[in-house]
Amino acid sequence: MRTTLRILTFFALSVGTTGVAQERGRDGQVNVFFWQAPSLLNPYLTAGLKDLEPAGVVLEPLARFDDSGALVPWLARDIPTQDNGGITEDLQSVTWVLRDNLLWSDGTPVTSEDIRFTWQYCIAEGGGCAQFERFAGISDIEVPDPKTAILRFDAPKAYPYKAFVGLGSPILQAAQFADCLGPRAPTCTAENFAPIGTGPFLVEEFRANDVALFAANPNYREAGKPAFSHMLVKGGGTAETAARAVLETGEFDYAWNLQLSPDVLKRMAAREKGIVITGFSTLVEQIFLNLSNPDPALGDKRATSGNPHPALSDPAVRQALSMAIDRQLLVEIGYGQTGRVTCNTVPAPAAFRSDANEACQAQDIEGARALLDDAGWVDNNGDGVRDRDGTELRFVFQTSVNAVRQNFQNAIKQWWSAIGVETQLRTIDASVFFGGDASSPDTVQKFFVDVQMFANMFDGTDPEAYLAGWRCDRTPTPENQWQGSNYARFCDPEFDALTDQMSRTANSEERAVLGRKMNDILVQNFVTLPLIDRGRVSAHSVTLGGVRLNTWDSELWNIADWTRVKAE
Amino acid sequence: MLSFTLRRLTLAVPTLLIISLLVFLLLDAAPGDPMSQVPLTIPPEVRAQMREALGLGAPAYVQFGLWLKQMFWIEPQVLIDQIFGTSLAADKLRVLSWQTRAPVMDMVAERLPQTLWVVGSAYLIGISIGLPVGILSAYRQYSALDRTGTFVTLVVYSVPPFVTGPLLIGVFAVHLGWVPSVYDTTHRVTDWQSFSVQLRQMILPIAVLALPTAAQLSRYMRASMLDTLPLDYIRTARAKGMPEHIVVLRHALRNSMIPVVTVIALGAPAMFGGAIITEQIFAINGIGAQLIGALQVGDLPTVQTLTFLFAGLIVLANLIADVLYGWLDPRIRYD
Repeated sequence: MRTTLRILTFFALSVGTTGVAQERGRDGQVNVFFWQAPSLLNPYLTAGLKDLEPAGVVLEPLARFDDSGALVPWLARDIPTQDNGGITEDLQSVTWVLRDNLLWSDGTPVTSEDIRFTWQYCIAEGGGCAQFERFAGISDIEVPDPKTAILRFDAPKAYPYKAFVGLGSPILQAAQFADCLGPRAPTCTAENFAPIGTGPFLVEEFRANDVALFAANPNYREAGKPAFSHMLVKGGGTAETAARAVLETGEFDYAWNLQLSPDVLKRMAAREKGIVITGFSTLVEQIFLNLSNPDPALGDKRATSGNPHPALSDPAVRQALSMAIDRQLLVEIGYGQTGRVTCNTVPAPAAFRSDANEACQAQDIEGARALLDDAGWVDNNGDGVRDRDGTELRFVFQTSVNAVRQNFQNAIKQWWSAIGVETQLRTIDASVFFGGDASSPDTVQKFFVDVQMFANMFDGTDPEAYLAGWRCDRTPTPENQWQGSNYARFCDPEFDALTDQMSRTANSEERAVLGRKMNDILVQNFVTLPLIDRGRVSAHSVTLGGVRLNTWDSELWNIADWTRVKAE
Repeated sequence: MLSFTLRRLTLAVPTLLIISLLVFLLLDAAPGDPMSQVPLTIPPEVRAQMREALGLGAPAYVQFGLWLKQMFWIEPQVLIDQIFGTSLAADKLRVLSWQTRAPVMDMVAERLPQTLWVVGSAYLIGISIGLPVGILSAYRQYSALDRTGTFVTLVVYSVPPFVTGPLLIGVFAVHLGWVPSVYDTTHRVTDWQSFSVQLRQMILPIAVLALPTAAQLSRYMRASMLDTLPLDYIRTARAKGMPEHIVVLRHALRNSMIPVVTVIALGAPAMFGGAIITEQIFAINGIGAQLIGALQVGDLPTVQTLTFLFAGLIVLANLIADVLYGWLDPRIRYD
């Protein structure tokens, strides 16, 4: 299916560009609003999309994802697979071949040495490379000729499309960054602000957290592209400032990441100066239920796996909590067009989307009550809260400070109270909640309460790493300084075996089957209650053509094809 | 007067050191973490390495000592280098922002112009509206002018910038389309044409900032003038046959300025501090936006440096106010 899409994409592109070859830079300047302004343009020293996306118009990877989520070759000639001999039988080496005549914007040729250097740059000791994980398992990169790079893995790698793929892992120019290895990486301010790349634009001026001005790259590989001679990325203000500048006043051509309430966007779009665009990827707002006991009386053993939660370790309670939620209503109050109900923790890509859990679409208060009755959770002492053997269904529910999340907390508290569960709400500042500081009791990892809610996602289109995050050995514990992504403390040998199997499986259909199976185990055990598949919202001016919102890679991924649409 | 000024300046050194230590300890104790901005898709081991690379592993006193050295030893060298073209600070590690990995002082230098352009001129305009209105209101107390002035200043003073900002944008940028809604920080003034563009983009933020300043100062000015005008020496001046404008503007005004000077001088550091809310609304990326952005992502070196600079400015403004008192009222002597 990927091939078909690729052909279709190619076809669409060639139709768009037939006719007279046009001059590069003919359409003047395009103005893009990133209200969260880029802080630097080196993707290896930052992990924020606000930095990665603007950097992506300069620095490019070997391959990236298109707007359908399919992998397309970018600086590479093609995608290495076992079929075309790019990946060896033992899954331990991957051969990438660069396109012909690739030049850096300074006119020097791109070689496989640059690929090798990029790897060394990221794994260098003391550099704090944010994309380190992408190069995990690479033992060496061989460069037999200036166009070929062979990635050697120390163990079979079933899904090798992490290193040099996507916007987090572009190729750096070895000549430019040679003196910036390891501890010197952060001190190379000039390099980090203006990397030399192969993309359609080059950095002309960069002011951290303010503006970035790019100019068309004279050495860009495609003639007549980009159509714009300059691109301005303006930062600052709020999402509302950005939306207004595109949709109401028309000062800007594109506004990125407009997290605004649905009716505000609708009102602004009514002026018909711009178009609001939405796309979905893998960002799922979900509730995590703590399977371990967060009782402070346990001291050091608090919220550790050996101590099951007195109530939430009963699957019936977890299921009842899920059934009581009206997810459709949550979408309406929180997200409108930019969200949709999901019953899966892996909602996409399509091949990985399970259809076995659709029961969660409808709220079922009666069913939840019956389930609790049958499991022996009844209100014995007449205080309005169900209990069993002296354990009351009273939960503390935490999330980060965020207007939408607080609305959700209130709604869910009411629904749960309707089935005889009392909820106490807590809100924590996002910088603490997601900060991962082992000395703070309020992090998502420590999970010192019963229930918590936030949005989780995975990078790119492959959920292997995300699903492996639910393994038993990824549980945050005092021994590992409370680091780990298995927040719910879920532990199932069968699930762990499936993750091992997936790491050995290269066939994409088999991987999809495994992925769906693991998703179903998580969701049907009700350790996570998926609520909403959250979309990305941006807006572009009616005078800007060629925009194809890509939620799998950068929103600016096809900036070379953007053009100015002349008013009719 | 000179020895007083010198004495005060010497005293300012320990004050500032204590302030910077307090700020550091507060930030160190405050919750929040620079890693909170890193997406959850980044595994914990990588986060740990990133923390290490920022120097977060070092004990607090080492971090503070390093900051002191960078701020008071290396940064002055950089400044000297830039002025005289020397290379004293060549390659020495400066105060680096955790977020941008760039020297904090460079970013301050980059942002100061746009803050001064907008916030500074708004302050000057606010003063030049506020003082005459206050004087006139006091001179013609209970006249129609005084009543209108009182009403307008109260309204303006009580509406916060996050209301006036969007309101002005809605009317003048969206509906009428006369002015831009977003401030372009890359715009350079080279000729009359570009100057008029600069004026158009400055007019809304300046209005938002200048009106409350004008309102506040005019109230102080009016009250102070009302205290002074009935005094005997004013009557004496009139009895001597002084023209009315001399009586008001020289005799009465000079004496009335003392409390107003305090307000103006202590408000002046805010010019450099920027205007956090107004900068957000118009996307003017000045110092205020830099501070709030650094706070949000836990960029401690930036927050530490900026708060220290503000503290320095406030100490300086206090000193200037004290010196001005002596000039306004010759009876005040510090020797």
